[in-house]
Amino acid sequence: MFKIKINDRENITKTRSLMTNIFSLGAGLVAIGFLFLACKVNPFFAISAIFADSFGTLYGLKETITKAIPLILIGTGLTFAFRAKFWNIGAEGQLLMGALFGTWTALTFGESLPGFIIIPMMFIAGFIGGSICGIIPAILKIKYSINEVISTLMLNYICAEFITMLIVGPWKGSERFGFPGTNNLPASAILNVIPESRIHYATLFITIVFAAILCVIVYKTKFGYEVRVVGENPDAGKYAGINFFRTTVLVMMISGGAAGLAGVGEIAGIHHYLGYPASISSGYGFTAIIVAWLAKLNPLYAIVSGIFFAGILVGGDAIQISLGLPAATVQIVNGILLFFLIMGDFFLKNKLRIQTRIQGIQ
Amino acid sequence: MEDIIISVLQRTMIAGTPLLLATVGEIICERSGILNLGVEGVMSVGAVVAFIVTFLTGQPWLGVAAAMIAGMLISLIHAFASVTLQANQVVSGLALTMLGLGLSGMLGKPFIGKPLAIKMNSLALPFLSDIPYAGKIFFNQSPFFYLAIILALISWFFLERTRFGIKVRSTGENPGATETHGVNVSFIRYICILIGGGFSALAGAHLSISYSKSWIEGMTAGRGWIAIALTIFALWNPGKAIFASFLFGGIFVLQYLLQPLGISPNFLAMLPYATTLIVLLFISFKDPRKLNAPASLGEPYKRGER
Repeated sequence: MFKIKINDRENITKTRSLMTNIFSLGAGLVAIGFLFLACKVNPFFAISAIFADSFGTLYGLKETITKAIPLILIGTGLTFAFRAKFWNIGAEGQLLMGALFGTWTALTFGESLPGFIIIPMMFIAGFIGGSICGIIPAILKIKYSINEVISTLMLNYICAEFITMLIVGPWKGSERFGFPGTNNLPASAILNVIPESRIHYATLFITIVFAAILCVIVYKTKFGYEVRVVGENPDAGKYAGINFFRTTVLVMMISGGAAGLAGVGEIAGIHHYLGYPASISSGYGFTAIIVAWLAKLNPLYAIVSGIFFAGILVGGDAIQISLGLPAATVQIVNGILLFFLIMGDFFLKNKLRIQTRIQGIQ
Repeated sequence: MEDIIISVLQRTMIAGTPLLLATVGEIICERSGILNLGVEGVMSVGAVVAFIVTFLTGQPWLGVAAAMIAGMLISLIHAFASVTLQANQVVSGLALTMLGLGLSGMLGKPFIGKPLAIKMNSLALPFLSDIPYAGKIFFNQSPFFYLAIILALISWFFLERTRFGIKVRSTGENPGATETHGVNVSFIRYICILIGGGFSALAGAHLSISYSKSWIEGMTAGRGWIAIALTIFALWNPGKAIFASFLFGGIFVLQYLLQPLGISPNFLAMLPYATTLIVLLFISFKDPRKLNAPASLGEPYKRGER
């Protein structure tokens, strides 16, 4: 007879935390391997192909960085929201609103303005668009105690339908020959890319700066401290007189705004016009949740985890084509990895000891 | 005019059925203190499994049974993570949704666009279906409709009037105190998560083999999330869930009703989601103590910690 005894682990070191994450991802990949096996695909081949196609070739690496831009940008924003225990699942909608505001700015003012004026204007507009979409659920939560998971999700659907309504209706461009979508952005509003790639480096620069600024805010400012208190010990926060409304609204302004910036980057750097919501974002808002979680809610770590999950998106796309796997494979991989990450947290927080009965008596 | 009203109400009942099934499942789960945000994913798995099994065997009821088993199996992951490993229930539920949507997309890929030869026929109840108006609306419906109503009523009885129901409710209110009375909190929560998963899968089965008779990726279209909102709207009461679900069924039908008036279909498609927010806003004006939310909802329970 034996019994598993669970004790709290008192001090969690950074190394242990990192090792736990690596082990969790490894275990997740083993589980995914079994899934590939069930699809009659050689798991070793498929998993190594995911990483070889995303990090092993120059083309793959460029694509990985391209997709990492929105993931890191949204992911860092989410680390901030999740720290305040605000479950922002609406990054997808916030990204779309950013794309919408950015597109509108470019189409309205872009013709007559040079790039160095119109591009910052677009990013500011996108930030505002994303923020608005983020602030609404914050107000609904603090003033009307509406669960933010539901409100942010409902806003995702509302934003997607709203954009579709615009691009098939009033915003449909004359250059599109009757197909849904706005006209192309004027040339001055289009972001330059690194030659022979799709990496729009202006957004990449914003992404890195944003992550660094957020890191300073979280760990070095009073506001960042308040955000952590709101998330970790709300009762203490109330006694200390922290203004929950202000804190939550600001947090969601930043988190939503980040997703909005990502939306502008996608439009101005890659698509060059506003099309169907599903084509603007391939689920970045949801994948970024895992990015934030793997980063242990640290904005700087989100850069690494963002690149990792961008690699999975790119590699997943590649093996879909080469091995004939369905498009949903990436989603399954993401779901399984997220499960293993949260399961890993248990082994990080608790010490497990297998006890035989005799030892138990002693 | 009369015909139109009857047909609208009839379709309202059909559209509300999956919402009711999923909502009741979520109520049972949340009453035991576990928040399950995986409804959308489980529903999708239920839809695809029911469709595939019905397509291959020609037996709709076999499809339903298979869907429920699949729904329970996949919910087991959430149970393991949130009960045994005390993981964050929000994140675990999201992972379940991702996994469920992904799995259903993968399994269903070869079946996209294939019509079902045999579908779940509507069932006219003897005598009752002859009642003028009401007969057509309520008693000549898909078997899922009757099943949903019956399951909602049974669930209400089970939660409010049985010993097991008391155990479930007290587990959701105060797991520590419940455990001291010799109730196995983990066991209760596992059971409730599995029941919830089975119900959600049933809702999905309704969508693919009775409501639309085909499988398309993303056919659940946020119904799982709406069900989670309806749980709050119904104040965690399966009886009130009947009313709430069919109200929302009506809003789904309203979309198609208003389309001929020249309103943008995309604008109308926002209706259910916008209404969800409005309804939650109304609920918030109620006294929070009367909301009835399970006190320990979403909090992991650690044995021996009080």
